[in-house]
Amino acid sequence: MINFSKFYKLFNLISTALVVVSILLLFFKGLNFGVDFKGGTLIELRANDNKINIASLRDSFKNMNLGDVNIKKFGNDKDFLIKIEQRDTSSNAIEIIKKDLTNAIGNSFNFRRVENVGPKVSSELLKSGIIAIALSLAAMLFYIWVRFEWQFSLGAILALFHDVIITLGFFSLFNLEINLSIVAAILTIVGYSMNDTVVIYDRVRENLRKFSDIKIFELTNISINETLSRTIITSVTTLLALVSIYLFGGEILNGFSLAMIMGVVLGTYSSIYIANPILVKLRVSQKTILKEDTE
Amino acid sequence: MLYFSKLRIALVTLVTLFFVVIASSNFQDTESSIISKKINLGLDLQGGSYLLLEIDNGPVEVQKLQNTTSVVRNFLKDKKVVFTDLRIDDKAIVFNISKQDIDKVKVFFLDKESKINPYYNQYKSHQFDLLIKENEFKLTLSKYGLIEIKTSSQDQAIEIVRRRVDEIGTNEPNILKRGNNRILVELPGLDDPMRIKSLLGKTANLTFRFVTQNNNDTFGAETLKFEDGDDEALVSKRIILSGENLLDAQPQMNNQTNETVVSFTLDRVGAKRFGKATRSGIGKQLAIVLDGKIVSAPVIRDAILTGSGQISGNFTFQSATDLALLLRSGALPAPLNIIEERTVGPDLGQDSINAGVFALLIGFLLVIFFMLFKYKVFGLIANITLIVNLFLLVGILTIFEATLTLPGIAGIILTVGMAVDANVLIFERIKEESKDEKNNIIAFDTGYIKSKTAILDANITTLIAAIILFFMGSGPVKGFSVTLTVGIFTTLFSVYFIARMLTSFYVVRNKEKVNLI
Repeated sequence: MINFSKFYKLFNLISTALVVVSILLLFFKGLNFGVDFKGGTLIELRANDNKINIASLRDSFKNMNLGDVNIKKFGNDKDFLIKIEQRDTSSNAIEIIKKDLTNAIGNSFNFRRVENVGPKVSSELLKSGIIAIALSLAAMLFYIWVRFEWQFSLGAILALFHDVIITLGFFSLFNLEINLSIVAAILTIVGYSMNDTVVIYDRVRENLRKFSDIKIFELTNISINETLSRTIITSVTTLLALVSIYLFGGEILNGFSLAMIMGVVLGTYSSIYIANPILVKLRVSQKTILKEDTE
Repeated sequence: MLYFSKLRIALVTLVTLFFVVIASSNFQDTESSIISKKINLGLDLQGGSYLLLEIDNGPVEVQKLQNTTSVVRNFLKDKKVVFTDLRIDDKAIVFNISKQDIDKVKVFFLDKESKINPYYNQYKSHQFDLLIKENEFKLTLSKYGLIEIKTSSQDQAIEIVRRRVDEIGTNEPNILKRGNNRILVELPGLDDPMRIKSLLGKTANLTFRFVTQNNNDTFGAETLKFEDGDDEALVSKRIILSGENLLDAQPQMNNQTNETVVSFTLDRVGAKRFGKATRSGIGKQLAIVLDGKIVSAPVIRDAILTGSGQISGNFTFQSATDLALLLRSGALPAPLNIIEERTVGPDLGQDSINAGVFALLIGFLLVIFFMLFKYKVFGLIANITLIVNLFLLVGILTIFEATLTLPGIAGIILTVGMAVDANVLIFERIKEESKDEKNNIIAFDTGYIKSKTAILDANITTLIAAIILFFMGSGPVKGFSVTLTVGIFTTLFSVYFIARMLTSFYVVRNKEKVNLI
């Protein structure tokens, strides 16, 4: 049996530090919102001429006076991602860009993907994204509260916050783009992390009923160990699937799968080292559970 | 409960076979497959354009206020009420009347039978709200009056948008209302939406009006620019003909001038008015005005009584075709703005499908090998369950003709990873139980029973997240929540019916074996 509970204090300290750093990052560095949430234009360009490179593209876009333009490689040497923070959303803006670009670097390129999001839509999308995440957290809180006692509900929700905040902090630190699919990833992380926590909590509750003389500190340790092989196997299979999306699923799913990988690792960790110490802190005992049973 | 009746076995097998057949119809030609249903590919996978249009209702509101102002003017004159200073002031109609008339005039606007301020029974509200300050009357559009304007202009606009998109002839366009002032247009397979965007961006409000030299024209006059160039002309506000009078419009080559023109045919009323105007206006210039710009202003040489004519104006064949199309499909009630556009080229879509399917295959194989390595015979059972699960998932998506997107494929891969969780929970529990319980059958039974709550809780939490995503997410992300949701149900079915049946066969045959799992 691995003595997990021995490290509660240490890992709680590390987690608190990570959460604080993440919040500071979110506050001071902020998130790199994509066109979905900030508005603007995104063009995925494929060059069929190896003379076209970042430098030549940058030069041509500089001459178009479109304001802040961000150009980077996208997956390989001939695909580029161009982000334009223009406010001009007139319907032929993209055609003008295409024409100007043809004049500058010839016509051996094509636009594989164009996304143009107006400021009104982007702020609506951001709002509905935030509401979706808040709503899912609230729904989870409520579900666990119904299924378990409030102490469990609090522990599970803190574990979720921990996972979501650190994932966002990671995205802020490495300046990774937040778009609609990242919101989807975060919601899935919420689901997964909850799933993992619930399995351990389910065992904690079962053991609380079984043993009246074991302290919660030791009891959580027993429960974690009993469910450990399941925890590991499930996170391994899920990670196998996710890593294969990350490596082979194409550039578009990169951010999504990276966030999910982060989330699965964090979710597995937090269901052991956040969700359980909370129960210890809140002095959960057999009484907590028996009260529920008699009600 | 390791016993399965023959009927149950037959049923489970039948259901599984049914979904295998349905799922496989996606990989056959439509003619040769048993059912004609297929999973739809989202725009991000098959390529195409997604346009969200917003109706700019400002001009419609102004128009409404102007119309109502003249109605009010005539009405009050008719009722012999003396009023002063009738004007439009900041989205309100304002006028003053003498003190003794206040109560009388109030009734005109607040009566349920009011002729000038219609009452909506369903909303229990008038079209206009009335505010009386001393002897000043102020009419503003009520909340429901505004809604009424919005929905009716949306109804008209979606009809015109549909006609214009249909005229271009893209395959299976999807045109839907969004809220009460937006229209969503999805155009599968269209990789360059430039033409459609320029067509939807035009209101196509066509009028024929005389050019005048006289600023004191009885109907008023305005200075308008020519479409090509900076020339201007003073044009009367009197409308001789509008686009509504057009029956047909076609691009044509004029054989004499070798110029591309748009020829049009007028309805009876239009033909009559056109005839009258051209007869009396010989020698005058007739301006053809489209969306506030003059297309051309030819001099009338003869009376045109046939009810048909031509518009010239330096057209290319393409621009003449587009103008004819716009005129045929009619004018939009209000300008449309494109507030969101997403276009994916077909080659990127195909690349995404290839990458997604490859990732699915690799992820699937990795999970299968891992389970086989970890659980041996039971791993094989979990893997068979997983394969059946995939068929069920694809089958259900096919039956509902769901839309599969790239995040949707990711959802399937994630389901593969997470689907084994339920089986793992059960197998691990059985392992624990068989430490104390030497009877294999009882150990398996309790394993299934005791793992049930954890499995249910775990799947419900994922389901909650997926459902919220379905209602809050948009576009491709919605596809992710669909596959994730369906995946949860197929996982539970395959675990509790297929996997349990297979384990029971195996356990019953090997009930004496030690360390079975």
